[in-house]
Amino acid sequence: MTRKQRRLTLIGTAGVVLASAFGLILFALYDELVFFQSPTDIALTPLPSGQRIRLGGLVEEGSVVRSDNAEVSFRVTDMENTISVTYKGILPDLFREGQGVVTEGIVSPAGIFIADSVLAKHDENYIPKEVAEALKKQGHWQGGKAAAN
Amino acid sequence: MIVEFGHYALVLAFALSLVQSVVPLWGALARDDRLMAVAAPVSVTTFIMVLLSFAVLTNAYLTADFSVLNVLENSHSAKPLVYKFTGVWGNHEGSMLLWVLILVFFGALVGFFGGNLPKDLRAATLAVQGWISAGFILFLLATSNPFARVANPPLEGADLNPILQDIGLAIHPPLLYVGYVGFSITFSFAVAALILGRTDAAWARWVRPWTLLAWSFLTLGIAMGSYWAYYELGWGGWWFWDPVENASLMPWLAGTALLHSAIVMERREALKIWTILLAIFTFSLSLLGTFLVRSGVLTSVHAFATDPTRGVFILALLCFFIGGSLALYAWRAPALKQGGLFAPISREGALVLNNLFLTSACAAVFVGTLYPLFLDAVTGEKISVGAPFFNLTFGPLMVPLLIAVPFGPVLSWKRGDLLAASQRLYAAFGLAILMTVFTFWLWGMDMVLAPLGVGLAVWVMAGAVAEILTRVKILEIGPSRAFSRLIGLPGSAWGTSMAHFGVGVTVLGIVTASAFQEERIATVRPGDVVELSGYQLTFDGAAPRRGPNFTEEVGHFTIRQGGIFVAELDPSKRVYTARQMPTTEAAIHTTGFSQLYLSLGESRGDGAVDVRVYFKPLITLIWIGCVIMALGGAVSIADRRLRVGAPKPARKRKSAAPAPAE
Repeated sequence: MTRKQRRLTLIGTAGVVLASAFGLILFALYDELVFFQSPTDIALTPLPSGQRIRLGGLVEEGSVVRSDNAEVSFRVTDMENTISVTYKGILPDLFREGQGVVTEGIVSPAGIFIADSVLAKHDENYIPKEVAEALKKQGHWQGGKAAAN
Repeated sequence: MIVEFGHYALVLAFALSLVQSVVPLWGALARDDRLMAVAAPVSVTTFIMVLLSFAVLTNAYLTADFSVLNVLENSHSAKPLVYKFTGVWGNHEGSMLLWVLILVFFGALVGFFGGNLPKDLRAATLAVQGWISAGFILFLLATSNPFARVANPPLEGADLNPILQDIGLAIHPPLLYVGYVGFSITFSFAVAALILGRTDAAWARWVRPWTLLAWSFLTLGIAMGSYWAYYELGWGGWWFWDPVENASLMPWLAGTALLHSAIVMERREALKIWTILLAIFTFSLSLLGTFLVRSGVLTSVHAFATDPTRGVFILALLCFFIGGSLALYAWRAPALKQGGLFAPISREGALVLNNLFLTSACAAVFVGTLYPLFLDAVTGEKISVGAPFFNLTFGPLMVPLLIAVPFGPVLSWKRGDLLAASQRLYAAFGLAILMTVFTFWLWGMDMVLAPLGVGLAVWVMAGAVAEILTRVKILEIGPSRAFSRLIGLPGSAWGTSMAHFGVGVTVLGIVTASAFQEERIATVRPGDVVELSGYQLTFDGAAPRRGPNFTEEVGHFTIRQGGIFVAELDPSKRVYTARQMPTTEAAIHTTGFSQLYLSLGESRGDGAVDVRVYFKPLITLIWIGCVIMALGGAVSIADRRLRVGAPKPARKRKSAAPAPAE
């Protein structure tokens, strides 16, 4: 192999690997992004069926209903609109009524949000940033303390 | 008074770092030996000052001195002693102080052991190290002073975040920081080489052991963090593609690439400029990780109470070091002497391939981690990039790399023979196929990827063993003579094989634990039995219990297999009194390499409780593999050739005196 051929092989291989990595990243970004939505967003613009989203808001007071087999349902609100959520599994330690929550899943044709994960929080004062901002947008935000945490 | 002394020591350390940043570099450029000689003693004194200040903070924690704001906010008099000690770095200020302590410790190591380096290289390296420590000590003093006082100290502190009250806090952050910060040395070496405009043999010899050291610790730190999250957070997962995890994975990937390119540079004097760039990238990613985790950009267990000025300060440091070093690279790198070219099929070629895949994978993780932040900053749109993104990008980039791993060490330098190399791997390949077929037979045809994954893991493991066996020529000279060759193998050969074997072990754990995991979620009342993977778990009831600074509700489970008693497990739900914060304590039973994982959910009031049970086959292999990798790194560092190795001036002396003492 001449010097030129060696260099070409090297650059060629590098090109192929980098191009495929780039392609994979673009494809995955197009396909696997999960958008954050508030109950109002969902009420205003219906989603294509099967589209995964992150839903954030407050857990409505008195809405948590537990049934056997570790199933639980509750409602998430942003004070304008409310959506029912069902989840099978163990809720994070800091899941409480009246507190902020972020869940991920899909909206069923019946309009119920079927969550497959409810995000754990690590701090009792913490309201997810997205939730705080969504609430601010709706004009229902009091107190800047939690936002700083 | 003692506390002020600690603060003062930190201010002194800052002043010393400024001296270290300027004087030795001036000396190196002006070729003044006296100025260059300043570097080593100053770096050691800086370390002593920061160590003093760290000791003072530790003392404040151990004596529960609540007049110090940092102790007040993060400690409690009833906290067990071990957490009073580890609590020193269980908060923003303390953890940054630990970061700086390790940074100046590495500087002191170079000052202390760098005697056989060319004088100007050592001086310039320590000067660059001085810039970094000056920057971060200033950050501590200006925005995160751990020694701030309270005017009217209350009697009791606010306690440490309960999730951090675990032995993991004693191990995970120090290991991870030694890894993160250890890469600062290779960074300083790279920048020093750019400033001096040359890379000599001594430079090449020095980069690899430091990289190995940092890499081994980073590997352990990440593994420990993963295991900690696995048992402490009660979700039963060991990796979440969470941005803070990615922040540690990126320097690991870049560091792994650096490790391999440094071999080429050391042996073949090629890829020099690329290695310098990788060294800059690796530490830049470490800094980026520190920024992501410490600035409050991300909300996670690692983000302690945040303050926007800190974020801006770290961002400024980040821009200075990354931007500055890359600008210097663009300016000076073209002036460095290029290394030679080599055939694509050769050891060097394989190592380049390794670098290509590792850096691409690192780029994929980078995009997935930063794109949501970028989009939020630019358009205000909130998105999240989760596991599916990484599985789709990181996964496919790792597969060809893993297939190629066994080929690398059996190819020869310069011009390799792929056919001859493959012949050495026939047995490994056969074993991999056998295991794939066996897994298919065991689990049926409905799972395609998992058996192939098992095959791939076995291929990597068997390839590592085959490499050692070929090296000792077991087929040619017979087992007894091969054994004596085995003992005589250099440490770096053992290190390579062990690390590669560890990769295979980890991959095997990942594949089996993800593909063959079984999970059951149930609501149980006393006397109920949950069946999972051949185990019967009987719920005997729950009872309250008091700990030193928490109360808990403990569920009692008896585990049987085919009616025979196996173990008792006590998962619990705790509430920490000071913060009124609940946590979940999972209970784990290990059988062989597999684990039965039990975590308790909400109590239903009438004696019923939610419970989540997992059977995770071979999951411990994930972390065992990481430990084997790190051990491989350690064995490689212990290689005599690396320590005795001949930096240029020493070699000149050697030729004058033919029998140097070792």
